[in-house]
Amino acid sequence: MNDKQLQLSKQKQITPKLIRDVRERAIEFLLFLAAFSCVATTVEILFILISESVAFFEKVSIVKFLTDTQWTPLFSDAHYGILPLASGTFVTTMVALLVAIPLGTISAIYLSEFADNRLREWIKPCLELLAGIPTVVYGYFALVFVTPLLQKFFPELSGSNMLSAGLVMGIMIIPYISSVSEDAMRAVPVQLREGSYAMGATRLETALRVVFPAAISGISAAYILGISRAVGETMVVAIAAGLQPNLTLNPMEPAATITAYIVQVSLGDLPHGSIGYQTIFAAGLTLVLITLVLNIAGHFLSKRYREIY
Amino acid sequence: MSGDNLQEIRKLIARKNVWDRIFAAIGLLSMLVGIVTLLALIIDLCSDGLPRLSWQFLTSFPSYKPEQAGILSAWVGTTLVMLLTAIAAIPLGVAAAIYLEEYAQKNWIADLIEINVTNLAGVPSIIYGLLALGLFVYKLNLGESIMAAGLTLALLILPIVIVTTRESIRAIPNIIREAAYALGASKWQMIWDHVLPYSIGGIMTGVIVGLSRAIGETAPIITIGALTFIAFLPDSPIKNEFPYISFSWLMSPFTVMPIQMFNWVSSPEPEFQVNAAAAGIVLILMTLAMNSLAIYLRYRFRKNIKW
Repeated sequence: MNDKQLQLSKQKQITPKLIRDVRERAIEFLLFLAAFSCVATTVEILFILISESVAFFEKVSIVKFLTDTQWTPLFSDAHYGILPLASGTFVTTMVALLVAIPLGTISAIYLSEFADNRLREWIKPCLELLAGIPTVVYGYFALVFVTPLLQKFFPELSGSNMLSAGLVMGIMIIPYISSVSEDAMRAVPVQLREGSYAMGATRLETALRVVFPAAISGISAAYILGISRAVGETMVVAIAAGLQPNLTLNPMEPAATITAYIVQVSLGDLPHGSIGYQTIFAAGLTLVLITLVLNIAGHFLSKRYREIY
Repeated sequence: MSGDNLQEIRKLIARKNVWDRIFAAIGLLSMLVGIVTLLALIIDLCSDGLPRLSWQFLTSFPSYKPEQAGILSAWVGTTLVMLLTAIAAIPLGVAAAIYLEEYAQKNWIADLIEINVTNLAGVPSIIYGLLALGLFVYKLNLGESIMAAGLTLALLILPIVIVTTRESIRAIPNIIREAAYALGASKWQMIWDHVLPYSIGGIMTGVIVGLSRAIGETAPIITIGALTFIAFLPDSPIKNEFPYISFSWLMSPFTVMPIQMFNWVSSPEPEFQVNAAAAGIVLILMTLAMNSLAIYLRYRFRKNIKW
């Protein structure tokens, strides 16, 4: 083989390898772009919310927004105070948590410490089904079934009220709380339980004094998840709690939440760029900030109380 | 140890065991609350809506007369929107998951992407609606079309698809990858010929779970301003004559099942409430069918895999 032939064969070998390398690089870049689309989505969400809110806050001062006790952006005498909407969100969330946290936590303790495997295999999918039902169906249920039922006990209850919306929302978020808490409790090493039993503790004592404290970081993460679900829930409150902004802490009254207000405006026909259009972005930004604070709180809580075995 | 003392200890144990049983009863009861509510919901929905459910209901357009109204445009709209959601979310989600599992180095960009995926899963769905209103409807000028709705829901379920795909890719043992490299495969050949086929069961499960969530989403679609009274069908995607495929349905106005149901729920006339219940039954059946398909797929693929 002379030099020329050698060179030729080398060239023949290089070209397919080059093509292959280029192709590999191109594929990697495309995959990277796909993964980066998540970052782009976040940036775009923040950009849209902030840019429309900035336009809104040029017309309405932030102090007014946070302290005014009326929310009437579509009236001629327009007031832009987020408090009535925030109170609606607060009350419905509280009612939901009063239902979901006790029921969810007790269910989780039962499933993780008391139930045998067969019962667990049956009950868990049933509970998870609760999270799979479309929220608009829950709204219908709250309006048509739960409210009339409650009116038998409280005749003065109005047709739309935060109580029934909150109760139904609470049932809806039980599976979020119970399944994440259960996972956290089952992750507690079995030696801790055995140690507790060896000291003569009963199942209940072991569950409440050993397993529950050991799993507290995961359980608090479950609560945070439940809270942010309740805060962001839209259809149940829009259908069952009414669309009237109402600054009250009484769950028997109707009141709009932040999310219900966004729905109400979207149902109408507001021109792009008007102040009414910008209000829903300001409301949305408030909602995102609330969930962001919750998520950060959850992150630090779980770090603070993390037990290392 | 005296006999008296032993008696006392026995009493103490018995008393504590009673508490155990009481708690077990409370635990069962609290789980029953959820399950009884679920049953009440289904029974209430069926008793209200089942008599209304008929062939005529499935094949009629919405109408101002409650007894003539139907859900034809709603279920067709839902099918088309879901189709587009799947087309957009599957490649994007699977590609992102492959990058994160197989390519990403441990650096700040990978961390940033991971944090974003987790955060996006926690963003309330109505915020996606606002994103779609600002981005798809106005900036990209898609208007209130199937395209805008499908892309919105695709973004919404993207985190679900990414997380489940990553889990099933991670379950593939490294010896498979090493074997492929040993035979001279490039990285992409290894992924395309081995990683993807072996994780297809998990990917499909994740996609169906995501779609079953998207099918019930109402808030983001209301936010983009979807019309609620649609008495026509979008242009058919399949044509009789060449080129057999048409894309004009993408830009068509539409309605979907949950919007149609919301529209009827918020109507003051009680006859429309009956329609809402009937639509609710169909919607729940759709979600249930998808969820059982996901469970079945997970079961089947898990049974077949033996490393």
